[in-house]
Amino acid sequence: MAETAQARVDVGRAIRDALIAGLVAFGILLPLIGLRTAVNIRNELILEPRPFLLAVLVALVVALSLVMSLVVRPASQRRAAARPEGESVKAAERRAAIAKYIVPFALGFAFLYPVFAILFTGMQGSVKWIDNFGIQILIYIMLGWGLNIVVGLAGLLDLGYVAFYAVGAYSYALLAKSFGFSFWILLPLSGILAAFWGILLGFPVLRLRGDYLAIVTMAFGEIIRLVLINWVDLTNGYAGISGIPRPTFFGIPFNANEDGFAATFGLEFSPIYRTIFLYYVILCLSLLTAFVTIRLRRLPIGRAWEALREDEIACRALGIDTTKTKLSAFSMGAMFAGFAGSFFAARQGFISPESFTFMESAMILAIVVLGGMGSPLGVAIAAVAMIGGTELLRELDFLKSVFGNQFDPTQYRMLLFGAAMVLIMIWKPRGLISTRDPTAFLHERKTIAAKFVKEGRG
Amino acid sequence: MEVFVQQLINGLTLGAIYGLIAIGYTMVFGIIGMVNFAHGDVFMVSAFVALITVLVLSTWLGISSVFLTLLIVLIVGMVITSLLSWAIERVAYRPLRGSFRLAPLISAIGMSIFLMNFVQVAQGPRNKSIPPMVQDVFVLMDNGSYQVTLSYRQLIIWSVTAILLAAFWYLVAKTPLGRAQRACEQDPKMASLLGIDVDRTISITFVIGAALAAVAGTMYLMYYGVVNFADGFVPGIKAFTAAVLGGIGSLPGAVIGGLLIGLIETMWSAYFSIDYKDVAAFSILAIVLIFLPQGLLGRPEVEKV
Repeated sequence: MAETAQARVDVGRAIRDALIAGLVAFGILLPLIGLRTAVNIRNELILEPRPFLLAVLVALVVALSLVMSLVVRPASQRRAAARPEGESVKAAERRAAIAKYIVPFALGFAFLYPVFAILFTGMQGSVKWIDNFGIQILIYIMLGWGLNIVVGLAGLLDLGYVAFYAVGAYSYALLAKSFGFSFWILLPLSGILAAFWGILLGFPVLRLRGDYLAIVTMAFGEIIRLVLINWVDLTNGYAGISGIPRPTFFGIPFNANEDGFAATFGLEFSPIYRTIFLYYVILCLSLLTAFVTIRLRRLPIGRAWEALREDEIACRALGIDTTKTKLSAFSMGAMFAGFAGSFFAARQGFISPESFTFMESAMILAIVVLGGMGSPLGVAIAAVAMIGGTELLRELDFLKSVFGNQFDPTQYRMLLFGAAMVLIMIWKPRGLISTRDPTAFLHERKTIAAKFVKEGRG
Repeated sequence: MEVFVQQLINGLTLGAIYGLIAIGYTMVFGIIGMVNFAHGDVFMVSAFVALITVLVLSTWLGISSVFLTLLIVLIVGMVITSLLSWAIERVAYRPLRGSFRLAPLISAIGMSIFLMNFVQVAQGPRNKSIPPMVQDVFVLMDNGSYQVTLSYRQLIIWSVTAILLAAFWYLVAKTPLGRAQRACEQDPKMASLLGIDVDRTISITFVIGAALAAVAGTMYLMYYGVVNFADGFVPGIKAFTAAVLGGIGSLPGAVIGGLLIGLIETMWSAYFSIDYKDVAAFSILAIVLIFLPQGLLGRPEVEKV
């Protein structure tokens, strides 16, 4: 089997394809990479040729094309040929069995993560690891799980999810600053306000489907951001809101004063306590999101959501009120975004419209889709990989010794993010975990492999 | 009155640019039913290609003739942007054809992020501006305090757009290529049974859309004289709005929609609030999709079970 597949590799064709790819790459990159626009002393644009970089990139494209057609493609063909029908069902079951062990392990790790961070990097060094990695990733996991209700369960493509995140953040910032309410009162309130906005925005648009719904939700997301920028009296525009009250440990503030957290518990003052506290708050909030989602899936409303995703017409024929079902999913997702938003505002102490751009929505949606829509574990894995991976770029200082001092890995963050989105979609169009776990079943619970899942166009 | 006429002129110019981009959206949506999210960024790349070509011509080769510069920039821009769009379709969309419905959209969003950041890394994050190529204006009306002017630049944009649209209309309506394209739009499976190379036709659709976006990019650079790596997003959305407003899948609809969006935007800026002009465009998108989803010239979508 393997030999015949090997023999089918057409070297001549591969070389021809690689040459074409190289030529195309040369044509595209000649102006964009080969010539760099720079500003001279008289503030005029001039061109700086970069032939070496151009040659390297074109050579890379040629090499990549050769590798693709000589190694990767034959290998995947061989694998497809070697795998009989039905095998993928077993593979899916096997993966589901592994997932059973992963979940408790991941939960344990998440709860102990601050301890590990302090053990390995010390009190001072661990702030960065808990804050930049732990809290940052958990915020995206929570947003991913919230959006998962809308996209993954109800099958409604929402590209403006960040709007509800913004509503939550601004609700907390404005109410806490003007009325002095505490974090624990405003957290549910922001969620409720965001859910209210979800109903408000969802009501007119939810009869649209698919791509159209995506575009309209994106338009709404942009409208909310533009209003936040331009309504300067309320939101302070681009400058944003600073000095937002930080959350307290049930009334005890995290500061160096007599009545602060450290003094009350007889500890030495350190910013790490607040970071750890925030870490556990967001961990509990995201677990709450997952818990609610998992429970809701077994309720009639959750089953209606999934039915809607699979086939909207059949749903209507069976007497499900599609408008109410969609609205409930939309506002439920918005509520969790509101929670996450108020947490974000409390953690940062400063918010501005810059944090709520379309790029954020795209990132959250990418996490949900890349993770495999509807799978909480997949979404969590995708969030860790995408957010953690791009955050890790900040740590790659050693690359400066390879590429010279001007090399700044962080500017490639979004570039790599975009490329990863495309590549993962080509590799696994249904996301990392694409199996379905129905909540209603006959006799015994079974996992359904991706290839048997029919996707509606909701 | 004078203000109105001036805004009409400005709006039609802006609308011509939106219309050119909108054709790319509408054709791709018509043929494979996907929103090519990266199209706005292809437009931005084409503006950068135009910028670099202008610089090569003026600083290295010393060509000062405006007509010659414009002609060369248009041709170079169209060729390179077409290559880019062809490559994008080949790499990011073709492997996903017939796959799960969200996959191409996510891939397109990823491509859009990639292109934007690629240009940022390759050319730097700052605004790039060139001195204006043509500055002369006609004064059409003058009441002492307000002059209504029509610049040569606007005239060039109108005439280039009109000529290219005519050529493009001929291509789609009268040639075998256009016939193949319309056939694929109606029924790709049947078209392939009749001997049409569907993959090739789809590639050509992307190429044509990109070539028109390149014209729009050149015109944009000539009109504003400045371009930035993030400039693809908002014009892209507005052009998509134009395509939807005109009826997605309809070519005259895209042009009419583009002109309307351009007019609404400039009128809104002149009479209401310039800060909220993008809000106006996005609101129109939402309103049109909610109340008139088939657009002005589109056919209503019939759903089959």
